[in-house]
Amino acid sequence: MKNMASSQPVNNCKSNQVSSFTEADATQSGHLADRIFKILAWTAGIVIFVALAAVTLFLILRALPAFTGSPADRASALDALSGGRVTSFLAYVGPLLFGTVIIAGLSLLVAFPISVGIALFITHYAPRKLSTLLSSVIDLLAAIPSVVYGLWGALIVVPAITGFWAWVAHYLGWIPLFSGPVAAPARSVATVALVLAVMIVPIITSVARDICAQAPRLQQEAALALGATKWETIRLAVLPFAKSGLISASMLGLGRALGETMAVLMILSPGFSYSLHLLRASTSQTIAANIASQFPEANAMGVASLIATGLVLFLITFLVNFIARRITGKGSSK
Amino acid sequence: MSQQTSSPVQAVEQKLKSGSKPVIDFDRFRPTRSSIRARKRHNVVMTGLVVFSFLIALVPLVSVLWVSISKGLKRLNWDFLTHNMAGVVGGNPTLTGGHGGILHAIIGTLEVTAGAMVISVPIGVMCAVFLVEYAAGGRIAKAIALLVDVMSGIPSIVAGLFAFSMFATIVGPGAVNGFSGSIALSLLMIPTVVKTSEDMLRVVPNDLREAAYALGVTKQRTITKIVLRTALPGIVSGVILAIARVIGETAPLLIASGFIVSTNFNLFSGRMTTLPVYVYNEYSQGLAVCGPGADPGCVASIRMERAWAAALVLIVIVLFLNLLGRLISKVFSVEEK
Repeated sequence: MKNMASSQPVNNCKSNQVSSFTEADATQSGHLADRIFKILAWTAGIVIFVALAAVTLFLILRALPAFTGSPADRASALDALSGGRVTSFLAYVGPLLFGTVIIAGLSLLVAFPISVGIALFITHYAPRKLSTLLSSVIDLLAAIPSVVYGLWGALIVVPAITGFWAWVAHYLGWIPLFSGPVAAPARSVATVALVLAVMIVPIITSVARDICAQAPRLQQEAALALGATKWETIRLAVLPFAKSGLISASMLGLGRALGETMAVLMILSPGFSYSLHLLRASTSQTIAANIASQFPEANAMGVASLIATGLVLFLITFLVNFIARRITGKGSSK
Repeated sequence: MSQQTSSPVQAVEQKLKSGSKPVIDFDRFRPTRSSIRARKRHNVVMTGLVVFSFLIALVPLVSVLWVSISKGLKRLNWDFLTHNMAGVVGGNPTLTGGHGGILHAIIGTLEVTAGAMVISVPIGVMCAVFLVEYAAGGRIAKAIALLVDVMSGIPSIVAGLFAFSMFATIVGPGAVNGFSGSIALSLLMIPTVVKTSEDMLRVVPNDLREAAYALGVTKQRTITKIVLRTALPGIVSGVILAIARVIGETAPLLIASGFIVSTNFNLFSGRMTTLPVYVYNEYSQGLAVCGPGADPGCVASIRMERAWAAALVLIVIVLFLNLLGRLISKVFSVEEK
């Protein structure tokens, strides 16, 4: 509004001076185009807001029957979806949420140290030529579609890793986490988490690499001049600088892993429990994969329940992104 | 302990006061041999870990590429690219001698992605213009930037659910078509386009804008003829990378666009197969049955082979788009300098 008010007198003054020229019409049309363009830009900004509002609105609208429908319908739909295990929505979404979080968390646990290692290798250890090549390779790998990783995981990793898991269960079986019987073929939580880790490594690495490359050069040189070893330099001058960025990068990877559908859908043999036995068959399922697998055959009430679980997933990823934003916000303000 | 550490300091202080030069026993600060060795050992171990993490990450990544190429090439031929799946029964060969193909999936992928592009590029670029040129630094700009961030975190399957819900509410139940998939993909694409365009617009030097304003050029002209033109290579490469990201999306299309064996050219009506959904569908159907009386050309594992071949085509498309995007940004940014 202020802008408009201030531009008004200027316009008048201009048109007084220019009024004798034929250019007056041109400037008039220019101002019209100006106004239209401004409206277009504002509309685009508002569309973002409308789109998000529409996402929330339509999902809630479609999920509503899962909470307000007749209790008998709701119970029978959930009964069908869960294979006769539960009849209330909370009991239905609980194990799915557990499966989602455990698989995404495990994959992050595997992917994070490796990604930081690769990022440090690219920025601080590899020769310059090799590091630019590696950077572009990592970027390309981040673009490989998830369905390809799913295919690779299901047809290559599962048969290859079954023996390894059996070995793990044999020697580390006394830890409840790794207790048998091992799923054969290994369509278990552990395998899925490994494949998801492979998928999110390029994503975390590309962010971590950019941050590690930005670490102040002077501080690193100062550390080296004081006689610090390379690792001490990294620990003293790079990692503290990159800490908040690394955490937000890992949150980005976690968000991706939480929402990942295809790889889980294609590899995991689904289950429905709060089991922590990573190597056993049919223990867990994630929200996203559950939606994709049940959606085609669900009835109207079933679809409503699945959309409600989708809303829960949306909420979780929103929270993760929000936390990541807060952490980076804090880090950059310092 | 405290006495020991304070006494030399006191001695130095006294000597300083008396005016004579301080005599410092530097040997006291010399690191012991064992500590040096420990630090070096630590350094070697960590270097080893970093290199090891790099090598261990290479294994699966190389494996993915190698397997898709070696397995995909087996069925990737002209017949595969020019036929759809209509009339393909089990593992039996078709009349043309092939085993069905991905023509319908390629057409579907192109149409759905083009639809997503048509929706998201104008909105994304104009939104970036709004954020940088019209509302820069304001409260509205901050709010919308936050919303774009939230949008980029939407899981792809939720985008598919949204498109399905929207069409089910507006058009009626069972409205599964290609355009619904385009809507879902554009929801995933808009944040990427906004972010890259925003970065590119911010890089445009302010001098250019001020020079244009000083010449009396209107704001709209300045933005379209100067700012956007300067930022064009960056925006184009950003858009291409965004396309490369969404072209491989499977889950939203599985829900929003469905699956069909024949070719469907109409984006706005009927189910539409896309490449990623084709890969998943072939995989999920498992092995074909080739009984004792079956056709001699029957291949039991034909579906997996088709899935690998389609996956290879998908990878080639994605990598090509990526290289193209990077090339455009590289070539033109050099020219600018």
